[in-house]
Amino acid sequence: MAVRPEVIAALESQFAGIAPSEFRGQTRVTVPAAQLLDVLTTLKQTHDFDLLVDVTCVDYLNYRDATNRFGVAYLLANTTTAERLTIRVMLDEPNPAVSSVVSLWEGANWLEREVWDMFGIHFEGHPDLRRILLPDEFTAHPLRKDYPLQGRGERHNFPVLTRGEG
Amino acid sequence: MAIEELPENVVVSKLDELASWCRKNSLWPMPFATACCGIELMATGASRHDLARFGAEVFRFSPRQCDLMIVAGRVVMKMLPVLQRIWQQMHEPKWCISMGACASTGGVFDTYSVVQGIDRFIPVDMYIPGCPPRPEQLIQGIIDLQDKIQLEGTVGGREFDLRARQQRKRSLVELPIVKTSGLILPR
Ligand code: SF4
Repeated sequence: MAVRPEVIAALESQFAGIAPSEFRGQTRVTVPAAQLLDVLTTLKQTHDFDLLVDVTCVDYLNYRDATNRFGVAYLLANTTTAERLTIRVMLDEPNPAVSSVVSLWEGANWLEREVWDMFGIHFEGHPDLRRILLPDEFTAHPLRKDYPLQGRGERHNFPVLTRGEG
Repeated sequence: MAIEELPENVVVSKLDELASWCRKNSLWPMPFATACCGIELMATGASRHDLARFGAEVFRFSPRQCDLMIVAGRVVMKMLPVLQRIWQQMHEPKWCISMGACASTGGVFDTYSVVQGIDRFIPVDMYIPGCPPRPEQLIQGIIDLQDKIQLEGTVGGREFDLRARQQRKRSLVELPIVKTSGLILPR
């Protein structure tokens, strides 16, 4: 369900530089990285967006009309009114970084670890920012668009067991 | 005293052949089923296809009790050390069947995380093509493996795969990496 206009109006009056938009009944708000934590805190505490559905990321490398490299998306939901809101933060290389929201939603812990693992977005203040899916010794962030589909030889680095040794 | 004529109910054989005959008819598979091929593996063990007819129905989930590893499904980088450890935990003599396109070659999953054929890292005795192979194909693979066990002898269980052969597989290079960073999508 689309977000009530007064919520968006309240956000716009409170924070400078945020850009709301709407597409087929879905509300998106693009927020500067520095204000992310404040915006999400307000949304959670004042406007009752109590559920963090997902944290994910899009790599806009070579995307038409894109001006920023990464877009980190926070999908929020208000479980009372069934409103859904997408918050987006645009980030650039080098060192894309944004503040962690684990202090607001415990569930963001693993979601942010996954985004770190796959895209290399650094979440400042995350209690335990380790890889979650790939092996610890993996060095790249494979969902970035400039990462080759077949990898950079990661599939090779294992000992070979032969009949005699097995 | 030399025996001139054997009684009718005595058959002369070699100990090696007798051991092979015993082993080939009581394979204990270790189901390393990681993906969709595992479903066909289960179907093979179930009553309709009845793997028990070939003496290989006793699936055991402890590698210590198994002598036939059936790798059914794709193996990712993170899983390969597990696969190798389980292989090492199995007792000699032991055999390995690579079931399906993914286990044998990586199949359609030519991505950074999927191992392009388990035979690059562990020895494989029998490959079964298909995506997924039908239970009949798996049964055929097991029958062929039984022939192989009978023919090649099993004492020591090390006769199948020479180190040189393993090295040759190992030296297979992957396809050249496609460079994507210069690509500009059309507007
Ligand atoms: S070969 Fe086909 S059926 Fe078997 S694991 Fe791969 S994709 Fe699944």
